[in-house]
Amino acid sequence: MKAFAPILLMLVAPAFAQGSGPTPALANRQLPDPAKEAEAMRLMHSLRCIQCQGQSIADSDAPMAGTMRAEVRQQIAGGQKPDAIRDWMIGRYGEWVSFEPDMKGAGLLLWIAPLLIFLAAIWVARGLFRRRT
Amino acid sequence: MNRPWLLWIPLAVVAFIGGLAIYGLVVPKDDQVYSAMVGKKLPEFALPAATAGVQPLSNTDMADGKPRLLNIFASWCLPCKAEAPHLETLKAAGVEIDAIAIRDKPEDVAAFLAEFGNPFRRIGSDSEMAVQLKLGSSGVPETYVIGGDGMILFQHIGDIRAEHVPMLIEKVNSAK
Repeated sequence: MKAFAPILLMLVAPAFAQGSGPTPALANRQLPDPAKEAEAMRLMHSLRCIQCQGQSIADSDAPMAGTMRAEVRQQIAGGQKPDAIRDWMIGRYGEWVSFEPDMKGAGLLLWIAPLLIFLAAIWVARGLFRRRT
Repeated sequence: MNRPWLLWIPLAVVAFIGGLAIYGLVVPKDDQVYSAMVGKKLPEFALPAATAGVQPLSNTDMADGKPRLLNIFASWCLPCKAEAPHLETLKAAGVEIDAIAIRDKPEDVAAFLAEFGNPFRRIGSDSEMAVQLKLGSSGVPETYVIGGDGMILFQHIGDIRAEHVPMLIEKVNSAK
């Protein structure tokens, strides 16, 4: 039986997405103010769902995504700025939760990598062209 | 050809990309999302009792000077059943354990406790996962070491297995 336990655990992996609890009211209900809802929606599309890791919380049907949407709408309705809410989420799950990498650390490298590659290409091309003259 | 070494650049680039690919294959993949709340104070919360006959749980209940474990579980989660005996071992070793039941119904929690035992001092019910979000917890089961001052000291993701028990006892004891 013990030998089969890991296999059994793999089989029940979908159970992680189950359970039965009430869905938070604001998970699937829009805010009355369309401008605020649009602001919340923009933010929700750029936050990553913790449960189904490739999707944004706006696209995911996982219970945790619902809880995160409710949190975003609640804070937006309370007058909080989207950047502050993103920081609130990062304060809980780390940079990982944001689809928009920050311009620092490894994130900075990501942003400037195209520029560095472009400069390197110019340098190589210059060497090649100079040879012909 | 006045710069023959330039020819090596494409090979170097390809070798670098190949190296990345091999690194990605060799290093085991870690999909877990760790809480960024470790090292911070417990967020404020007050959860109702998860079922009849158990005590409710708030953050202030865990800031009474005594370090303990906070177990995040659910009756519908199979690994939580697998770790139940190890939680009993921890309790027998004198470790106090509080718990939060995620997306659960009182009758299901009662049935779970009846079948797998109740090593918990208090069990709060987080039916909307709101406190789980505040804790930076990404699933069930998870276990946190909470300092006597209500500080989150350590996060263990996944079920507690026999080999984790001494480590958790050590973490709780060293928090005293």
